[in-house]
Amino acid sequence: MNEKVVLDRDDVRRTLVRIAHEIVENNRDAQALAIVGIHTRGAVLANRLHALVTELADTEVPLGDLDISFYRDDLGERPTAPVVHASHLDFDPDDRTVVLVDDVLFTGRTVRAAIDALFDYGRPARVQLAVLADRGHRELPIRPDYVGKNLPTARGERVFVRLEEIDGVDEVAIADAAEPVVAGKGRDER
Amino acid sequence: MRHLLSIADLDRDEIGRIMELADSFAEVGRRDIKKVPTLRGRTVVSLFYESSTRTSSSFELAVKRLSADLVSVKAAGSSVDKGESLRDTIATLSAYEPEAIIIRSPHAGAAQLVAQWTDAAVVNAGDGKHEHPSQALLDVYTLRERLGELDGKKIWIVGDVLHSRVARSAAQAFTKMGAEVTLCGPPPLIPRGAAEALGCAVTHDLSELGEADVVYALRMQRERMAESFVPSLREYVANYQIDERRLGARQLLMHPGPVNRGVELSAEIMDHPNSLITQQVRNGLFVRMAILYELLAGGERPRGAREQGAAEVSVSQPIGEPA
Amino acid sequence: MRRIASLDWRGTGSAPERPVIVRGARALDPRAGIDARHDIVVRDGEIAELAAPGSAELEGAEVIEAEGLVAVPAFFDPHVHLRVPGREDKEDIETGTRAAAAGGYCGIIAMANTDPPVDTPGAIDSLRERARVDASVPVGFVATVTRGMRGEELTDMTELAAAGAVGFSDDGLPIRSARVMRRALQYQALAGLQIALHEEDPELSGGGVMHEGEVSAAVGMAGIPSVSETAMILRDAALAGYESARIHVQHLSAAESVEAVARAKEDGVQITCEATPHHLTLTDEAVRSLDARYKMNPPLRTEADRQALIEGLRSGVIDCIATDHAPHTRQEKEVPFEQAAMGVTGLETAFAVLYTDLVLPGVLPLELIVERLGSGAAAFGFEPASLKPGSEANVTLLDLERTWEAGAGGWESRSGNSFAAGRELTGQVLATIAGGEVAYRQRSFAMGVAQ
Repeated sequence: MNEKVVLDRDDVRRTLVRIAHEIVENNRDAQALAIVGIHTRGAVLANRLHALVTELADTEVPLGDLDISFYRDDLGERPTAPVVHASHLDFDPDDRTVVLVDDVLFTGRTVRAAIDALFDYGRPARVQLAVLADRGHRELPIRPDYVGKNLPTARGERVFVRLEEIDGVDEVAIADAAEPVVAGKGRDER
Repeated sequence: MRHLLSIADLDRDEIGRIMELADSFAEVGRRDIKKVPTLRGRTVVSLFYESSTRTSSSFELAVKRLSADLVSVKAAGSSVDKGESLRDTIATLSAYEPEAIIIRSPHAGAAQLVAQWTDAAVVNAGDGKHEHPSQALLDVYTLRERLGELDGKKIWIVGDVLHSRVARSAAQAFTKMGAEVTLCGPPPLIPRGAAEALGCAVTHDLSELGEADVVYALRMQRERMAESFVPSLREYVANYQIDERRLGARQLLMHPGPVNRGVELSAEIMDHPNSLITQQVRNGLFVRMAILYELLAGGERPRGAREQGAAEVSVSQPIGEPA
Repeated sequence: MRRIASLDWRGTGSAPERPVIVRGARALDPRAGIDARHDIVVRDGEIAELAAPGSAELEGAEVIEAEGLVAVPAFFDPHVHLRVPGREDKEDIETGTRAAAAGGYCGIIAMANTDPPVDTPGAIDSLRERARVDASVPVGFVATVTRGMRGEELTDMTELAAAGAVGFSDDGLPIRSARVMRRALQYQALAGLQIALHEEDPELSGGGVMHEGEVSAAVGMAGIPSVSETAMILRDAALAGYESARIHVQHLSAAESVEAVARAKEDGVQITCEATPHHLTLTDEAVRSLDARYKMNPPLRTEADRQALIEGLRSGVIDCIATDHAPHTRQEKEVPFEQAAMGVTGLETAFAVLYTDLVLPGVLPLELIVERLGSGAAAFGFEPASLKPGSEANVTLLDLERTWEAGAGGWESRSGNSFAAGRELTGQVLATIAGGEVAYRQRSFAMGVAQ
């Protein structure tokens, strides 16, 4: 496998700090903010961003996470039912600015599902999107508000986001198109 | 998992997976909007040959909360009443191309037969005195909610085991999850060979009931008196009724419902703080949503034209993964 | 003892057209002590000669080349349901006897639990007449013991015997009343025919659909305890002993029942009994599948029971093998187990199942199986088939090497509810000669005519 690391540990850290600043700058009313991560790695990133934003804004910002399995548009087309993680949204999203957080933005379908899931909890005033990497190839009219790094890729290439909490290391890497992906193994890109 | 026909077919891991899924659906149940679009556009047929309020309404709500379309057939007043065979009924309902068929029948093996006659996923909602797998799963879920893992826990199933599909399924499910099960009831109502068949201990009196962590009472039908299985109601109550005297302070109480008040349970005991009966009913909904998700959210069964479209897309890239 | 071919069938009253030579087979007749290669010459309905292999010549004879095959005395089934009158949708005399011939049988006895039951001399007459037109092999018809099989009043046993009934049985149902049973046994002295008994106590069988044991406890279906059968056998053996009557106990299923019959025989009671191929080769474990092809009465019981039946067959406590061939329509069998009709067909697979499951694994010798498949004739007063020259020509030709899938080419029987359907079996009947006539030849088995 031919892999090239495009973001290393320091890059990831700096990027998250920058995104945190941008979020706080764009949202004067920090009281109305909320951060919600999309499982699995989006939730981990949301956790880190939450710590950074809370410190910068000097106010407690609610944190949640969403599992979008029940909202996917491809159910019944995968060989096995997708594994479901729990969702945790203990605050009321009504009238808040909710920042959705994910690791990689690709076709936009996951974010679409996350918005649907979020709206089953309530009615946010605004929804913004923060992603660590945007690899292009959108299939839906979805655009990020905060981007860590733009990564132009070929469609068949694969993007791996690895995070210390899950993978033991912080990095973003791009690899060549491989043999047909085995469902469930190496959940690398979304 | 292609079908849910019996607990005998499941192993501990599969049961564990349903438990985790049920947790997610319990969370959905705590939201304002308790519905998810997961099975939108899918058709589920519910075929109940035996009357039931508890199970049929639980399954029906589960289907609706998953956004699927429900066709509900109750035997009374249908073509079944006019003598249509099970096979012909299934053939007729197959015209709706159901993705799942939920069936309750007074005959053992009915769900299994239906699985041979249809491409749909089949859920056994109770077949004769054989099995009632969704009940056993919600019982396991309810106990885990309260006790955590069931390894080493002592569970007594008390009452008419002979005629109880709930007892058969629950005894197997509890045992697979590591519990020690004891069956207790009058000798004519505990089947010969039950100990070997179900891997349980068997006793005929309640003297050791105190050792149980959980007491699971079974419904005692009045008809059994007429059939001479027990001499009289008074005899049964005296020997086997679970009441405040017999149920210890730290013992949990369960019952699959409906309860014959004053027979297997005293009127007061149902309001006991250790009664899990209402939780069982509430959890039934989440467990049944989990079952339907597990059977239908994967794409294992042949679905004709749908397949072609899916195949094209899957080859290029995993859909839904990309953000 | 009567000859089998004296029963009613197509060949009744007419002389066989052509002699037959079965050339070069291993002729095996354990009862007569014959086990050698011969040319079997059949003429005028009898075994004319057992010639040296390859030596027999006869003008105009049909020659069956049987090198490498085994020729045995044809089988006799004392327990078959032909479903006539009333349920010809399941079977009739023609299809049932074709099935018998395909299974290697040269004679069968048909039970009387039809619709209406066979309880009048007129009914017997009518059946015999039909058999003379439709039956490929000789058929004997029993009449019921009680009128309408209601278990209350005896039928006119002497008149029925005079009309040609070959025995009496309420099979399908037990005779509940000990008083009625005793009367029947007393009257037997006049009528002079065998009384065959379906033994169970309905009060103990209850609504049971399978054996009462671990498997029924596991699958939640009502069970029929072994004691239901044994208790009734004990009662009837005691009565038969008391009245010096003779009885034939049908379809034995339980170890305790074998024990009961053995003791009765030791006590000098005139009692014979039979066991079916399915009881000898299957147990209640098969019913875990909830497949109604394994539903019959008496039910399949445990391995211990099966072993006791095998031992009983070996020792001779069990006198013969009978199939209890019970055809049912698909609608009656492709339903949930508890709703399904009880019974399985068995004529066409009897030998192959026993050969595959008992002889090949070395449990019972071929000679024993061959002997017990034919000895059922004796229980009803008929001479079992034999290869001895001078005997009636009843010969079954077997290919012990051939494997075949049961039911793959369809069934001769009108019904397909065989417990062995779809199984790969070893040992096939290639031809059956009954009363000197070739009653059956397997489709792919060619025959020639000598010049």
